[in-house]
Parts: sequence; structure tokens; C-alpha cells
Amino acid sequence: MPSIEVRGDEALVRHAIAVVTKVNKPCRRSRTLVVFGCLVSVACLGGRTAGAAAQQAPTSQSSPAIPASPLPAPFPAAPRPPAQPRFVVVLDAAHGGSDTGARLGDPLLEKDIVLALSVRLRSMLTARGIAVITTREADGTLLPVNRAETANHALAAACISLHATATGSGVHLFTSSLPATPPASRFLPWQTAQSGSITQSLRLSSEINSAMAHAEVPVSLGRTSLQPLDSFACPAVAVEIAPLSAAGGSQPAALSDASYQARVVDALAGAIQQWREDWRQQP
Amino acid sequence: MIPRYQKIIFWILLGAAILMSIVLIRLRERAHDRLQTAADKMPLNAPPIAPAETVTMLVANDADGSLSPVDQQIALPEEPGARARILLQRLLAGYAEPHSTHHVAASTGVEEVFLMPLARQKEGQMAVVNLSGAFVEGHPSGIETETMTLLSIIGTLHTNLPQITQVRFVVDGQPRETLAGHADLTRVYLAEDKSVEVRR
Ligand SMILES: [Zn+2]
Repeated sequence: MPSIEVRGDEALVRHAIAVVTKVNKPCRRSRTLVVFGCLVSVACLGGRTAGAAAQQAPTSQSSPAIPASPLPAPFPAAPRPPAQPRFVVVLDAAHGGSDTGARLGDPLLEKDIVLALSVRLRSMLTARGIAVITTREADGTLLPVNRAETANHALAAACISLHATATGSGVHLFTSSLPATPPASRFLPWQTAQSGSITQSLRLSSEINSAMAHAEVPVSLGRTSLQPLDSFACPAVAVEIAPLSAAGGSQPAALSDASYQARVVDALAGAIQQWREDWRQQP
Repeated sequence: MIPRYQKIIFWILLGAAILMSIVLIRLRERAHDRLQTAADKMPLNAPPIAPAETVTMLVANDADGSLSPVDQQIALPEEPGARARILLQRLLAGYAEPHSTHHVAASTGVEEVFLMPLARQKEGQMAVVNLSGAFVEGHPSGIETETMTLLSIIGTLHTNLPQITQVRFVVDGQPRETLAGHADLTRVYLAEDKSVEVRR
């Protein structure tokens, strides 16, 4: 089986489990039933994907003449596109609504600046042919669990949580401090779903770090415990943008500085594009 | 007709009762005065019985996202919980000074530190740090600044009191979701865990 389909299966299974584990949490009494349901749905998904793979096998092979099955096909054999997982990026503009985030000066609020950055980055990525899903497009209150739900349903190849702060300088890149669980573990508790993607998140963070260095934006790297980052079942990085101080020898720039914002968003878009190349080459 | 000797006894007893009442009232006033004087002479702060000792603070720096060890001389009490509280109060008081490298609100910061043995382990203690509501309300909001405050507290506790291996945070005695909108305060932090860190 081509390796790309194996990854598609993994993503489906992980998605199903993330959803079921979340459903399972508030309703402990029905845990057995839900886990059973999960196994059945995983089996169905697996069966369906295997069926699709079997149907596609002749089309993807250029070698000659495997005789067709004499059994009548139960459904008309509609031509299907090859099952390639889509490269989707989830942009999470943090805070919103009653949660204003940091006060970055009168009247600048974190929730507004990260929304503007998210919209800007989304259009930049879309222009480069990258599918983007945003957790919010307007100023509204969103619980961390809703953000994680959006990210985990999208089976995203990268999840970027955008924050802004008045302290520090440059861009702060944070990955989850959860311990990495081996890729073999399939059942991920909702609160710590990120533990299955830590290694990839660190690689994504390193990709963004390189792009920022190229754009001459100082970066600090760190690991922390933060919601909804810990619940994202995708390679995830929290990007916190601080003003540029003169201390690092760089030209000082405020958070509201349009050219500084453009530099950061450009670098982020470049890093995600590079991540897509790496992602395609992954086994 | 009351006999004369009974009248004399009555008057003598009445005089004795009045005299004893006066003596008792006077004695009570004296005792009150003595207690009052003793209370006035009581020192407000415990005298520094222990000599000043060298402690290591892990000081956060917002400019480069680093934590650096800084040695200080301070007198600390013997009791470990009180030692931990004074250490942290000194650390956070330093952050509230004008030329601090990591700005936080000027307030008591840490109300109390409770040390308790770990349930399933022979060694090690958990420190429950009770932060003051005023400190948390005035803390700047941001992933880096909040993470560094927590790491600085955890690192300073573990460096000076190595028996502290786990740290939990409460605010005014109550559990709280985050420090100032970001760093998680609901979890138990492992003092030796290097996965929570900030580096340039
Ligand atoms: Zn934020």
C-alpha cells in the first residue's frame, strides 16, 4: 500500500479517537459504549479506506492486466480521485469577545491585533494555494475546547495559535511542555492530545524560527502549558508577537507598526510553505 | 427588736465586703496594666535569630527570555515553609523594583507556601504556593512573561530547598485557570522538568 494512504488511515483513526475521547470525558457512565462505538467506527473507517484503496489500486498501477473480478460490482464504479490527505493549516487567533487578552496600550487589545494578523496570514496562505481554516473570523468568545475541536476536525498539518504581548522583544515561539508519547499510541486524552505530535511541533517551531531569523526578527523558543495548544492533535506552535526593542541591535518597532507586522506574517507564510514541502516528503 | 450585737456584726461584715470589692477592683486594674505594658513591648517582627545566608534566586529577564542564577544574602527562619515564603517574597519584591528585568505588580506576591509530603513517594515534597489576588490581577499578560514568572518561582524553590520536587499554585487559596490569561495554573509542575523552559 502506498505510504501516503497509510498516513491517511492514521489521520482518520486519530481523528475518530480524539473526537470519541472528548465525548467520553463528560459522560463516564457510557464510556464502555462509547469506546465500543469508537472501535466500530474505526473499523468502518478502516474498511471503507481499505475498500477505496482496493478500488483505486488498478488505476494507480501502470503494470498490465490484472484480470477483473468476475463478481458483479455492488455500486457503479465511479472514478475516484486518489486518496491524498489535504495539507490544511489551522490559524487560531487567540482570545476574543469578553476575553480581551493582553492590553497592549490604549486602545490596542491583543484579541484585535491577533485577529487582524490571522486574517492577513490567511489571505497570504490562500494566495499560495494553501487551504486554511480559522477558529474565528470575528470578535467573539470562544472556549479553548471549541478551538481544539475545529483544529482536530480539520486533521490539520499545522496549527498556529496567534498571540501578542507588550513584554519582551521579537517573536516568542512556544510548543507544549507535554511529554511526547510514542507515535504507536492511538488513544489520546482530549486535554493532552498534543503529546502525540510533540516531535512534529518542535520541527514546525524550528521551521518558523529559521524563517524569522531570515527576516531578522529576534526569536525566543520555549515550552509551556497552555490551552488549547495542549489539546491540538496536530503539529502546533503558539506564536506570540512582542514589540521590537532596540536592545537586540534591531530597529525598534511597535506592535501596531504595519511594516513589522508584514515582516512577521511574511516569515510565517514562508515557514508554512516550507513546512508543506517537508510534509509532502515525509514517509 | 434586733439585738445590738447582731447590728455590730452586720456593719462589720458590710465594711469587709466593701473593702474586699475595692481591693479586687484595684488588683484587676493592676493586672490589666501589666498585660498592656507587656503587649506594647512585644516586637512587631521576629528578631533575625538566624545569621544571613547565601541563597540563589533564578531571575527572569524579559529582554532575552532567560533565567539567570543570582546570589543574595538573606536571613531565613528555620521552618522550611516560612523559608520558602520569604525566599519567594524576596524574589517577587525584586521584580517590582523600577530597574527590574522582569516587571510584575508591586504587592506581597506570595501569601503562604505550604509544604506537604508526596503521597506515593518516599522522598520529596509538594509546595503549594498561595499567590495573592493583587499580584495575579496586576501581572502582565503574555505567554512568555507568565511562563517565566512560574519558572522563576519553581526554579528558586527547588534550588534552595531541593526536597521540593513538585509545585502547585492557588490564588487567595482558590484554584485558578491561568496566571494572567495564558500559563496554566491548574496543573502540578515538576521542579526538575526541563520541558517547561524558555531559551533564546
Ligand atoms: Zn494571548
